[in-house]
Amino acid sequence: MLEQQLFNALSLGCVYALFALGFTLVFGVLGVVNLSQGAIFMLGAYAALTAIVRLHMPLWAAIAFAFAFSGLVGMLIDRIVLKPLRRRDAPHLIPMIATIGLGLAINSLVQGAFGAENQRFPSEVLPQDSLVIAGISVTVLELGIILVSFVLMTVLLITMKKTQLGRALRAIAESPKAARLLGINVDGLFMLTSFVAAGLGGVSGVLIGLYSNALFPLMGQPMLHKGIAVIILGGMGDIRGAMLAGLFLGFAEVLSVAYIGSDMRDAVAFGLLFLVLLVRPKGLFGSVQERKV
Amino acid sequence: MIDYLDNFWSVYSNLVLTLGTNALLALSIYLTLSCGMLAMANAAFMGIGAYTSAILTMNCGWPFPAAIAAGMAMPALVAFIIGKPTLRLSGVYLAMATLAFGEVVRLLIIRAESLTGGALGLNGIPQLTQWWHVLLAVVLVLFVLARLRRSKIGRAFEAIKEDETAAGLMGIDVNGHKMLAFALGAAIAGLAGTLDAHLTFFIGPQEFGFDRGVEILTMTILGGINSLFGPVLGSLIVTLLPELLSSLKDYRAVANGLILVLIVLFLPKGLWNPDWMRRLPGLRKKGVAP
Repeated sequence: MLEQQLFNALSLGCVYALFALGFTLVFGVLGVVNLSQGAIFMLGAYAALTAIVRLHMPLWAAIAFAFAFSGLVGMLIDRIVLKPLRRRDAPHLIPMIATIGLGLAINSLVQGAFGAENQRFPSEVLPQDSLVIAGISVTVLELGIILVSFVLMTVLLITMKKTQLGRALRAIAESPKAARLLGINVDGLFMLTSFVAAGLGGVSGVLIGLYSNALFPLMGQPMLHKGIAVIILGGMGDIRGAMLAGLFLGFAEVLSVAYIGSDMRDAVAFGLLFLVLLVRPKGLFGSVQERKV
Repeated sequence: MIDYLDNFWSVYSNLVLTLGTNALLALSIYLTLSCGMLAMANAAFMGIGAYTSAILTMNCGWPFPAAIAAGMAMPALVAFIIGKPTLRLSGVYLAMATLAFGEVVRLLIIRAESLTGGALGLNGIPQLTQWWHVLLAVVLVLFVLARLRRSKIGRAFEAIKEDETAAGLMGIDVNGHKMLAFALGAAIAGLAGTLDAHLTFFIGPQEFGFDRGVEILTMTILGGINSLFGPVLGSLIVTLLPELLSSLKDYRAVANGLILVLIVLFLPKGLWNPDWMRRLPGLRKKGVAP
């Protein structure tokens, strides 16, 4: 029984980690808390649904489509809203407020276009098989979710650690000005980062949509709140921290449902966040920076 | 003429009174913003105030003035307790921690079903709020805040907003002032919640969620925080806008969201901005450098 719970927790935690990864990437590189990420998450799920129902794409193509679509939206948001703010050197709360507005607008646009009621993926595209491995029943869907998340996370981690691109991104995270002086194409990498981060958000939207098989316009809201908790727990902008904290939240949630009760499930993330902020104001893995005068 | 006014009042009285409570909410977040903090807990404080006072008038038979006092004191007390650990956080962390706090409050309200009616909300709250209560509340709060602005405390808020470290070095008690702004803002939000609950006779946990928090923020950012008129003007526009845009139906919130974005992009100091108005032709004084 416990093994079963742990396996469920793993698949849930993977999606949280994936979502938080996009979130924390934007903060790390662009220095912006993008609160429209929840809306982009929802947009990814609806994009995949449309691709399957209207364009008759297979599931894997729909996931790729959702990545590209939400990535493009993220890039547009950066281009139209965040870039002018960056150029004006606005205080960091300003882009945060702007993205709150964007999230609200996107949510209600989708609500107007698709209606507020739950939508489902057609059952024939969902893999129905399940396997029994070491006494745990494992659905192919859950395995797929874990696989997709792990592949995306590994690619991102290797890119950040080992490649020229990753080194450039880390340089920008330190100081965009210095990076520009070093000849790094800062604007291009900002665009790429927003594309990838929003794409990851969109894919995690599809995966959660498949997992719970219920899409609704406000589905991004609880995810956004949990994402916030995860990236603070992991230390803002810390990619490995976000992954670990995402997995951790998955386990904490599933175990609390199993042993405490299901109605406080959504409070787990915030309870954890509150406790952690009490002890470590910059997150579990974050380092404290004090401004020097 | 009197008939016309009567008619107008019977149709629009709710809208006008909502205007008043929204102005109070906008002023409540103005307080923390004027101290340089983006705290997103005001919707939760409003909810705490609304539930506290409604439970007291419904279940305990408290008179309305006492319930109002409790509806203001309770959020301020909660603000004091959570302010201790959270106000140490800076910028983004504070915004997120207060956002998380708001969610916890909403979930707790749903969970405490025997007291709060859970997800279904509280029904049949006595309609005790008179129009002059709302008017008086707005005038009083405006008066207190105007006095505060010109006092030593108001100047300290401004110094903290401009530069926290420098303010601390000048001998300003940064944490104390932040706590004062946070708790006072919570009390004002609680007042708005109390008046609102006894006006609409129904409250539910959904009213005090993330969307309400964003709406409150929109009002204040739209109006600008350079003066007390900004938040009031912003609340006026945000309250009336849905009426004017009612033909858009489902897409009304799109307008709300886009307003927030456009204001941030093009009018970073809000609509009510003394600098901007001074630059209008005819108002410009000679010899004053911009």
